[in-house]
Amino acid sequence: MKLKLATAALSALMAAGPALADLVIPDLSYRTGPYAAGGIPFSDGYNDYFTMLNERDGGIGGVPIRVVECETGYNTEKGVECYESTKGEGALVYQPLSTGITYQLIPKVTADNIPLHTMGYGRTSAKNGDVFSHTFNYPANYWDGASGAINYLLEENGGDLSGKKIALIYHNSAYGKEPIRTLEELSKKHGFELAALPVDHPGQEQKSQWLQIRRDRPDYVLMWGWGVMNQVAVQEAANIRFPMENFIGIWWSGSENDVVPAGEAANGYKALTFHNVGTDFPVFDDLQQYVVDAGKAAGAGDQVGTVLYNRGLYAAVLAAEAIKKAQELSGNADITPAEMRDGMEALEMTEAKMADLGLPNFGPTFSVSCTNHGGDALVGVTQWDAANKTWSLISDFKPTDGEVIGALIDEDSAAYASENNLEGRCN
Amino acid sequence: MFYREAGDFKTSYVDDNQTFPIKFDRYRYYVVVAVAFGIIPFLINDYWANALLLPFLIYAIAAIGLNILVGYCGQVSLGTGGFMAVGAYACYKLMTAFPDVSMFIHVILAGGITAIVGVLFGLPSLRIKGFYLAVATLAAQFFLVWLFNRVPWFYNYSASGQINAPERDVFGIIITGPNAPAWATYLFCLIFLAVSALIARNLTRGTTGRSWMAIRDMDIAAEIIGVNPLKAKLTAFAASSFFVGIAGALFFAVYLGAVEVGEVFGIQKSFLVLFMIIIGGLGSIFGSFAGAAFLVLLPVVLKVVGADWLGWPTDIVAHLQLVIVGALIVMFLILEPHGLAQLWRVAKEKLRLWPFPH
Repeated sequence: MKLKLATAALSALMAAGPALADLVIPDLSYRTGPYAAGGIPFSDGYNDYFTMLNERDGGIGGVPIRVVECETGYNTEKGVECYESTKGEGALVYQPLSTGITYQLIPKVTADNIPLHTMGYGRTSAKNGDVFSHTFNYPANYWDGASGAINYLLEENGGDLSGKKIALIYHNSAYGKEPIRTLEELSKKHGFELAALPVDHPGQEQKSQWLQIRRDRPDYVLMWGWGVMNQVAVQEAANIRFPMENFIGIWWSGSENDVVPAGEAANGYKALTFHNVGTDFPVFDDLQQYVVDAGKAAGAGDQVGTVLYNRGLYAAVLAAEAIKKAQELSGNADITPAEMRDGMEALEMTEAKMADLGLPNFGPTFSVSCTNHGGDALVGVTQWDAANKTWSLISDFKPTDGEVIGALIDEDSAAYASENNLEGRCN
Repeated sequence: MFYREAGDFKTSYVDDNQTFPIKFDRYRYYVVVAVAFGIIPFLINDYWANALLLPFLIYAIAAIGLNILVGYCGQVSLGTGGFMAVGAYACYKLMTAFPDVSMFIHVILAGGITAIVGVLFGLPSLRIKGFYLAVATLAAQFFLVWLFNRVPWFYNYSASGQINAPERDVFGIIITGPNAPAWATYLFCLIFLAVSALIARNLTRGTTGRSWMAIRDMDIAAEIIGVNPLKAKLTAFAASSFFVGIAGALFFAVYLGAVEVGEVFGIQKSFLVLFMIIIGGLGSIFGSFAGAAFLVLLPVVLKVVGADWLGWPTDIVAHLQLVIVGALIVMFLILEPHGLAQLWRVAKEKLRLWPFPH
């Protein structure tokens, strides 16, 4: 009986969905499970920005936004269930915040003609829009991150890394393995020695890896971690007295959650980023006024201004801008997922546009095209100040090694294309 | 009243030994099969297929497999996730190596490969039993997952270590990949489940099944009356792994489409399938179905009720789900340790006498 009622409710929802004329944004969040500490602030930021647009502007182009939240717990099976249950409601764009779920959704969204935005995660070669028609990973991807980290180190070492030892400590999953190939190429190019140390899910057990780091004494340690793995790694690094300023995490290893538990010892830890940190932007005044003070904040409302909150907010900003673009291109206010895809492909973020949105210098400038779904790949570096408990941007958004990455992307996307019999579509 | 054997005369041994000896029960079974094969494929949509029916069908195959080993042969196994991974990776390698071969053959071969691996890991069962065997199979679980993560040959050297199911068909109908129609994937899994259940049912009531059960009930006594423990235990491991491998292959190729071994086939999966057969009922084919249905449907129903109807925050619903499923498992184990299958048996006994119980 329960099941029958559930079906009835579901079909009613599906039937009622399109008639209401709203922009449906599914939010595949994870507020539970081992990765919840990262999932909650991202989802809060994502939700809050749309709430603010609804409250302040009455939606986008006069059409209100409806965010449908679905809990995945970072689990691929639940991710599939969430995708299937929300896609019927006219979902405009998916943001699963999980590389595993992304891999599952790439073929599905292409078949269903719904765009997928994997901001700074997912399949890196999806940057090649010629092959991956419905997947977008602007403004930066993992290989940009890897190259950004190496570029930063080059800068610190006066342009020469030869003979240096760099260790990569990574989450032993699709996500963590992504940068290895790029780093291998870069190590050939710049002559540094690379050691890759896998850490198994969920990442609480890292003693042996750090013992190895202590023995091998690498000059720098890079980290591709997520969830509890980050905190443990920072703590372990502190335990072996590894100099924190030589320890650089990817953007998913650079939030408050990761460094606060280690206290003072985490001071100086660095992380890559593709957006700015802190609340020193005009848009946060609006957020405070329309969302937080109005009691409409998502979750507990205590995440405003954290790194991952800002990332969720940035994801929402980019989605909203793509919606505006799609409305402009199609002439409809109530756009379809296919029009949304076209909007995302024509998206251009300029400094003036960001300033207009109340986010001056919040993210890099970039533009998307049919062949380039990954933006201009500008990566910055942030550093943690344990005394003030703040992250600050220490290196502005700078270009990455497009030559090395471009070749790898072509190779990987060509493999995908031949596996799936895809033809280039951008000629 | 309607559920009784009165008037249902059996005139041959075959009739007497059939799976559903009561006429009403038999017709009910035919109706279920007819609905599953003849009606649902016409009504099914993507949501029903991917969120409910496919996981149910596939977990039911895995549960049947594990039930043969644990429920019928009494060999505790915590390696189900690992064996499912063997099925999935075998299927992947076969799919990519022989693109023109029918998916039916790939899935069956994947089951066969898993059976061989299962027999290998079943060898310790000849020496050890009980908890110690559980630990040995646990080693299989971790070793297999590690192997598929470590050796790039298994994932065709892809950058991320993920395996992705390419588009493959059966008689021209696409079964895997995103363009596969819901009814086709559903029917494909349903055929495997129906055949698996039939084979399992007939294995368990024949000589093989009896020798398994003899080993389960008391291995020394079984050996004395002439049951060969080597043969019984290894056939149980082989049959069990065969079904588990098929489930793993379907899970990867038809249901998920992309798999990361540590996340999908981790120890969690072994426990989940074990819970299914414990809740459903050890040593019962129906129990495997019931357990799979219970653990697949309940979270989805709770989610639909909590998040979609009542509009509760998704995290609270997710936490409540854990609490409710956990509480129900504990309740079942206290109130009915033999699982849902026993409840069903008791219900049938009561029905037989109803409405005149004395």
